[in-house]
This record gives sequence, structure tokens and C-alpha cells, in this order.
Amino acid sequence: MSLLLSLITGALFGLGLAIAGMLNPAKVIGFLDITGNWDPSLAFVMGAGLVVNLIGWQIARRRTQPIFERRFHLPQANQIDRRLLVGAALFGIGWGLAGLCPGPAITSLAFLDSEAFIFFIAMAAGLLVSRRIFIKN
Amino acid sequence: MVIDWANFTPMSSALGGALIGLAALLLYLFNGRIMGASGILGQALAELTQPVEGSRLGWRVIFLFSMLAGPTLYLFVTGQEVARQQVAASPAMLALAGLIVGIGTGLGSGCTSGHGICGLARFSKRSLAAVLVFMAFGFLTVFAMRLVGGQ
Repeated sequence: MSLLLSLITGALFGLGLAIAGMLNPAKVIGFLDITGNWDPSLAFVMGAGLVVNLIGWQIARRRTQPIFERRFHLPQANQIDRRLLVGAALFGIGWGLAGLCPGPAITSLAFLDSEAFIFFIAMAAGLLVSRRIFIKN
Repeated sequence: MVIDWANFTPMSSALGGALIGLAALLLYLFNGRIMGASGILGQALAELTQPVEGSRLGWRVIFLFSMLAGPTLYLFVTGQEVARQQVAASPAMLALAGLIVGIGTGLGSGCTSGHGICGLARFSKRSLAAVLVFMAFGFLTVFAMRLVGGQ
């Protein structure tokens, strides 16, 4: 059942990204172009996503375990450290260069063109490398 | 700042955002997992390249592959292809941007979905810090590109 739910939520995520306009790098750059010709649409993506999730979080926190699995998996870290800030800054730079963040980069593979593959492979390599460095520390 | 009214799509963007939020809500409530694209992909890649005991690869691979259905479902629902226009000037720029996004989200333990949608909803101060920083650097980068490109 939990695998079926993974399938449904993955598809819902992909459809949401498409409807929101997140699969269009030009639209994402339009949102980040706050000093130029600014398209605020993507603030509505995060705003609506947050509102729905806030409700979900209030339901979930009353439960001791999820419906299909034994426990909730939450990140253990709770300190704002240099790794978090440097990582977020790098991510912001890469996002601003191409207008793609990880979710849309994955879903864009469905377009089967070289741009999507180049970005995805480079991103996958970066993810693996940074995780290896982190695990060593 | 000038608002780009011609491209402003508050309704569809909010609807898409609500669906993304619903997906995150369901994944957490039913499976107990945070819906962060970079985290799910990173963990799947790590386990694929270095098998671990008690691996939980299955749900991650299924989730990632089902994300690919997005554009097809969009066509089915709206009858239109997904609008899509690249901005990176060259394949080298795309590869560089992808590499930086991968390293950054690996180091920073999350991206727009994990920190932005899930983390903020549970009032994580780490996620709030990450969102403020990556937004600021995204704005700065586009501003810098505008100066360099002379657009």
C-alpha cells in the first residue's frame, strides 16, 4: 500500500509542477528577476503548497505513527550550521543560472531532450559528490 | 521593480502549488516521509552506488519514476503541452548550473520542496534559514546575469 501511495504522490507532485509553471525555466527566472520584469506567480506556488501542508502537519502531529508505516522519518539536525547556509547559497546560484530546481529537473526528463538530461546528470553527480564529502566528515 | 502582468498566472500557480502540497501531505501522513526531491533522489543514488543493508530504495525509485508522468497528466487534464523555454545559454552552462544545484542541495540537505514546502510547514528554523538564503542568492544571481548579459 505504501508503494502505491508513493506512485500516486509522485505523479501528483509531477502534475502540480506542470500546472504551477515550474517546468518552464523562463517562468522561474521571471520570478527570480525581482529587480527587472517580475512575475510573482511562483510565490503563489509556495504559498498554496504551504497552506495545504500546514493543515497536513497539524493532522500528522496528533498521530504517533503514519497510516501505512511504523514511524515518521524526520530530519534529525536542528542547528543552523555553515554547511546548511553554504549549501543553500550554492543551490540559489545554480537555480538562478538555469531556472531549474531538483523536482522540475527530475520531471523534465520526461521531455526526453538533451537539455533535461545534461542538467539532471550534472545535478546527480553533484548530489553524490556532496553526500560523499558529508559522510566522510 | 515592474510586475510582469502578461506572464502572471496566480490561479494555475496556486492550484499547482496546492497539488504539490497535497502530495507532500499524503506522503507524510501515510508513509511518514518528507517529500523533498533532492533528498529522495540523493538517497536513491547513494543506495544505488553503494548498497546498504535494510535499504529502502523501492519507494524512492517508484516516486521518482512516477514524477515523470507530470507532463503527460498535464496534457490529459488540460489538452495542452507544457509550456517550456530554456534560459541557460549553452549546454556547458546547463551542466554547471546542474552541478551547483546538486552540490548545494546535497550540502544544504534540501531544496525548494523539502525546505520550502515541507520544512516551513513544520516551522523548522533550518528550513526557514535555507529558504531565505537560496531565495536571496537566486535573486542575486538573476540580477548579476542581467548585468553581465546587458538585458
